[in-house]
Order: sequence, then C-alpha cells, then structure tokens
Amino acid sequence: MKKKWYDYLWIASLSYLILGFFNILFAWLGLLCFFIPLLIAVAGGNKAYCNRYCGRGQLFGLLGGRFGLSRKRDIPKWMKSKPFRYGFLAFFFAMFFLMLWNTYLVFAGVHQLRQAVTLLWTFKLPWHWAYHGTLFHPGVAQFAFGFYSVMLTSTVLGLITMVLFKPRSWCVYCPMGTMTQLICRAKNGPL
Amino acid sequence: MGTVRKTRKALVDQTSCVACGCCVKVCPMAAIQIVKGTAAQVDTSKCVGCGKCARECPATVISIREVTV
Repeated sequence: MKKKWYDYLWIASLSYLILGFFNILFAWLGLLCFFIPLLIAVAGGNKAYCNRYCGRGQLFGLLGGRFGLSRKRDIPKWMKSKPFRYGFLAFFFAMFFLMLWNTYLVFAGVHQLRQAVTLLWTFKLPWHWAYHGTLFHPGVAQFAFGFYSVMLTSTVLGLITMVLFKPRSWCVYCPMGTMTQLICRAKNGPL
Repeated sequence: MGTVRKTRKALVDQTSCVACGCCVKVCPMAAIQIVKGTAAQVDTSKCVGCGKCARECPATVISIREVTV
C-alpha cells in the first residue's frame, strides 16, 4: 500500500519527545495531541485522529512491529474492560487537573517554579537543563514541565505495554482514544 | 440443492472494540472500516479471512470464524 503523508507523523511524535530534552517550552506543542482529536470527534463525529494521524500509535506500531520489540501477546481481559478504560480516563483527568492546579499556584505566586518532570505521577526527575528561562511568566514554564510529564508518563506506559502485549496496546486504554470514542457514541448513537 | 461451501471471515466483537483503526491499516482487501468512530465493521463480501486484522488488533476483539455460504 502506498504511504500517505500522515503515515510519517511518528516523526513528529518522536521529535516532540526529543525536543523536551532541549527546551521544555516545546512541551506546549503537545496540546495539539489533545485538541485535534477532540475537535475531530466533536465536529466530525469520528476517530480519524486515532485511525490515521496519531503519531504515537504509529511509533509504537513501528517499534513493536518492524523493530520486533513486542512479545505480541494478547492484552489481559481486565485491561480492555470498560471499568479499567473509564477508570484510567478518570484517573488521567484527575492527574491532569492536579497539574493545572500546580500551574495555577505558580501563576498566583504561591509556589515557585519547579524544574522537574514527574514520571508516573511519582518520580521527580531533575530537568533543569531543558529550561533556559522564559519571556513570559514562570507559570508558562511550569505548565510545560507538567504537560511534558503527562506526555512522557503516557509514552513510558505505552512502551511497557508495547513490549508485554501487542505493539499498539496503548490504544486500548489511551485516555484520548476512550474520550473520543465516548464523544462519537454520544453523537452518533450506538452502532 | 446447492452445495454447502465453507469460508473464513473476520468477526468483530463490537462491544469491546476501541475503534483505534489498526485493523483498517493492515487489511489487504480494504474490507474493514471504523464506523462513526464507534467500532470496526467487516464487509463480509470483501473479507477473505486472512486473519491479518485479528493478529494486529491490540484489544484482540477480532476472530476468524468459519461460515457457510
């Protein structure tokens, strides 16, 4: 099958992760991965983002498929169950709002900017080398650190399940995928 | 009396499908689609039962069934 331009979006996803090691402010670009799928789901009522444009999915497909970094086993039943998928979405949302709250506290001057990336919501990794100041408020940088934490954490989780199960296992419990499917269901009714 | 013919077709468990579209990408016959962002649907007139979609599906919700036509 002939490759289309959007089959190369994995390069964008990979670049995003790399850029975050050099200047954390690039993390803001990750908002595209939030708003584009939502816009497509709300306006178009479909999951074209997952189906075509998701660079992260392509990256997992490539690493797990062509590079053979996946055991290609079946994902456990509980991981594809609705309680787990919706539960993970809720947990992700909660952590996201906590991140927004921490950003707000920096904007409000209550807390100082913390130059760290939090991996798996627990481990604080020093990340000061990727911060070279900002023209704007330190809160802008705090959001970047927080958002990059979200993106890095989900990539690490995706890589783990890629190795253990099938390459694109992340797609099964991806919060954006679950959310856009819920939107499509609400918009179009059940199949 | 017609002869009973058996053939293999992909079958999607649509209640568990996450509509990611991995199956669509690997189908050599373009016989599977994501309908309305909800679930995958097989066009049984095009499906040849090769099983590529079933192997690719990250949620393992596609099975290959023998059907009579």
